Amino acid sequence: MAEKLLEANDVSVDFRINNEYLKAISGINLTINRGKVLALVGESGSGKSTFATSIMGLHNPEYTKVSGSIKVAGKELVGLSEKEFDDYRGVSVGMIFQDPLSSLNPLMKIGDQIAEAITVHDKNNPEVKNRVRTLLNDVGIDEEKRVADQYPHQLSGGMRQRVMIAIALANEPDLIIADEPTTALDAIIQAQILELIKDIQKKKDAGVLLITHNLDVVSELADDVAVMYAGQIVEKGSVEQIFENPKHPYTRSLLKADPNNVRPGEELYSIPGTVPSLAEMDFNKDSFLQRVPWLDEKVVNADVPEQMEEVEPGHFVRGTAWKDFSFDDVNRNED
Amino acid sequence: MFKTIVRRVLIMLPQIFFVSILIFMLAQLMPGDPFYGNLNPNSDVATIERMRHAAGLDLPWYEQYVRWVVNVFHGDFGTSYTVNKGVAVSEIIGQRIWPTVSMGIIATILTYFFAMSQALISARNENKRIDKFLVVWNTLTSAVPSFVFYFVMMVLFVYVIPIFPSSGTGIDETQGFFTNFFGNLYHAFLPALTIALFSTNSVFQYLRSNLLDQQAQDYVRTARAKGVQIKDVFRKHILRNAFLPIASGIGYSITGVLGGAMFAETVFGYPGLGALFVQALSGRDYTIITALMLLQGILSLFGGLLSDIISAWVDPRIRVK
Amino acid sequence: MADLLKIEHLKVYYPERAGFFNRIVSYIKAVDDVSLTIEEGKTYGLVGQSGSGKSTIGKTIVGLEDPTAGKIFYKGQDVTTIKQKRKINFNKEVQMVFQDSQSSLNPRKTIGEILAEPLKNFGVPAKIGAGKSENERSFDKEKIDERVLELLDIVGLPERTVSQYPFQFSGGQRQRIVVARALATNPKLIVADEPVSALDLSVQAQVLNFMKKIQKTYGISFLFISHDLGVVRYMTDTIAIMHHGRFVEVGTTEDIFEHPEHIYTKRLLAAIPSQTVAGREAKRAEREANERDFDEKKWAYYEENSAPLRAYGLVQRTGTHFVAVREENE
Repeated sequence: MAEKLLEANDVSVDFRINNEYLKAISGINLTINRGKVLALVGESGSGKSTFATSIMGLHNPEYTKVSGSIKVAGKELVGLSEKEFDDYRGVSVGMIFQDPLSSLNPLMKIGDQIAEAITVHDKNNPEVKNRVRTLLNDVGIDEEKRVADQYPHQLSGGMRQRVMIAIALANEPDLIIADEPTTALDAIIQAQILELIKDIQKKKDAGVLLITHNLDVVSELADDVAVMYAGQIVEKGSVEQIFENPKHPYTRSLLKADPNNVRPGEELYSIPGTVPSLAEMDFNKDSFLQRVPWLDEKVVNADVPEQMEEVEPGHFVRGTAWKDFSFDDVNRNED
Repeated sequence: MFKTIVRRVLIMLPQIFFVSILIFMLAQLMPGDPFYGNLNPNSDVATIERMRHAAGLDLPWYEQYVRWVVNVFHGDFGTSYTVNKGVAVSEIIGQRIWPTVSMGIIATILTYFFAMSQALISARNENKRIDKFLVVWNTLTSAVPSFVFYFVMMVLFVYVIPIFPSSGTGIDETQGFFTNFFGNLYHAFLPALTIALFSTNSVFQYLRSNLLDQQAQDYVRTARAKGVQIKDVFRKHILRNAFLPIASGIGYSITGVLGGAMFAETVFGYPGLGALFVQALSGRDYTIITALMLLQGILSLFGGLLSDIISAWVDPRIRVK
Repeated sequence: MADLLKIEHLKVYYPERAGFFNRIVSYIKAVDDVSLTIEEGKTYGLVGQSGSGKSTIGKTIVGLEDPTAGKIFYKGQDVTTIKQKRKINFNKEVQMVFQDSQSSLNPRKTIGEILAEPLKNFGVPAKIGAGKSENERSFDKEKIDERVLELLDIVGLPERTVSQYPFQFSGGQRQRIVVARALATNPKLIVADEPVSALDLSVQAQVLNFMKKIQKTYGISFLFISHDLGVVRYMTDTIAIMHHGRFVEVGTTEDIFEHPEHIYTKRLLAAIPSQTVAGREAKRAEREANERDFDEKKWAYYEENSAPLRAYGLVQRTGTHFVAVREENE
């Protein structure tokens, strides 16, 4: 039995807006085993970052209610106090963010920003300086002394993201959350950073939660995939299962919208309509079906069972609408 | 950095030249001259003309300007006509400058101290009662004319609760340094405190909104994700970033003290440059007015330089390329 | 096919100042001797990393940057300077679309006002095929309103949205509005600078489909600037790969993707993530091989010891395929 680094059970997050709680994500069940990369895929508004933020405990508690159970390395996070969260963050879990320029303090030297990640948990560590240099080496920066003495604006985008990774690794966490780690980067740098993450993950046998809207990044890096739409997971399975045998209408629509998966000349599939707002979400139904114009209203409005259906070992799909869904029917309602 | 400063100073030279012409012409535009105020029924036109001629006031403006500039280069600003008749302007300003400078420094320090602590409390407690109170208070102090507050403070702390002196600078040349230092501190404190209390609002509002802006920045999330406590994130990350745009204003606010001192010095009977300016204006004391305006003009230019230096000092993005 | 826009030996240099007197000590060569031809109704792709100069070319075409040297011709007419552009109403014919639709739409104006603006400047074009001269333009208020509704229809937005504000639209809708605004004056060429890189996949598909559709309907040409090779492959007919302000390889989409020759093109292609799990290891090996190759062989493709690397001039391979290599190598 593999060691479970992340266990999320029935996680929901509610935001208080105008004195009213609105559900943003609901019933999230996810597991990451040691040495595995789980990609959480979805478009903006799907709730994937909301979920990551709740693992880090970075929601403002005055406006947010997190319920269910999130365990990192066996430790329950839901209900922790601010103080307890401060001790846990950066130790058991490290996080890499999307935009490395804005994610670094522009007024602080690189070395000091990495050192802070260590000293905040271990005040009088005499080895900090050496440790910072080792970390910079680990993320592929050779001129560690010079870089430690520089400010963020002096580095290239790829170098900055390496620094962010060094910060996330400072206390050798078992779980790394990478939130759109390459979205702001050019193609060649993206490939380098993805390889670096893979290398580090393998070397430390860590677990990675990769949050992205980019399917290419997923196929490059992930072992398992969970697809999110409108605050819920609609499909999850191994990366092969999801890419080669996608079931849920949303997964299939996304794959058909990716220019990499379409032959030149063939039209991209463009999903009609827009992502529902928090107030419009109905967690008893499959919200995505609203955006499949040719499905029967009965299918669209059917209540969806809480349990996902296991269509093959380890491959889960939400609802049953996928059985009725076919792209052959695209033009049915246009007549 | 040194090169930049030298270059900036060199650029300032022609600027000072233009400022001096502008100031001289403005002074020329003022109605009347110092002798009109001194007329007595017995003085005849010829005497006045003679006095004007002796002072060079009958020459065309550019000749007067050249004479003035040449003298200024020799440190000679002429003699006072009315305020302190016959005394060299440089001597008068020399006596008056230190009280204003000391008051200005105290006022600036207090202003930024009040503004920073209030803004920090406000931003840490956004939308709570203490935040709302501070916002309302600072709106109030910016809405009421400052001299009204000056009188209130004066009456309150000089007459009702007489803990501060009613006039003077506390500087006595017969005494030693420490007596003068503390004497001046005692006299300068109330006007400086008053200026600070009522000029805090603009810095406060700016800093508060900067703090709230910075609080939402990505690097704050990074620091939190490292496990840094929120109060330390404020102290080590947010405050400095929020202070950046304000830091560049410090240069101006130090050198801008002269203008702000006019009311305060007059109300508190504190004889510095501000009060001198008011006296000189009502006495049409050209030489003092032009000297003070030139001083102010040069100070503003230096204020700009100082601001640039401070910005570069706090912001590595300017300092290191 | 007729040539619509031709760029010859374009250079855009920015002076770099230093020293006590801030003298110009060198130039940053954002665009360094680049020539290209865009044909009517075709899409020309410009690909490169950030800082490669691809956006500068786009901006120089529409007049947002001044060329240091070189010529730009539109339908055979010289439009290098702003003055020359004004003379023939160039900006009515050539429009630019930027990445960030949020900031390129005035938040205080309704969609109707936004779409009417270019029409007020350049007039409503006569309907294509209405038998009138193409240069006949109307500034009639009614005609403008009519055209605005027509544009909304092209974008696929209902008429009532005419009085709505940008924030009331989704990212994809906003980007389509930006394209619609560019379309208002019936331009012949749209310079699209990273038009979809801020968008989610499904929204990106909406915008790309829309661009293809209007190209087919109105015969518009695109200069498509992007760093996303997948999108470029899908959208373009001809591609130029840029590196440090120079073209390193030019060819049809097939030339570039099936027969890449320049070492930098190969490196870019290797960076495209593997589309299958099975292909991961192969892709990774390819990348490593590429990196080694790049270090070993770079002086066959770039001028000896140049820093930043300066590519050689283009050498013709086939009728459509050009590669920057050292000629004596052959």
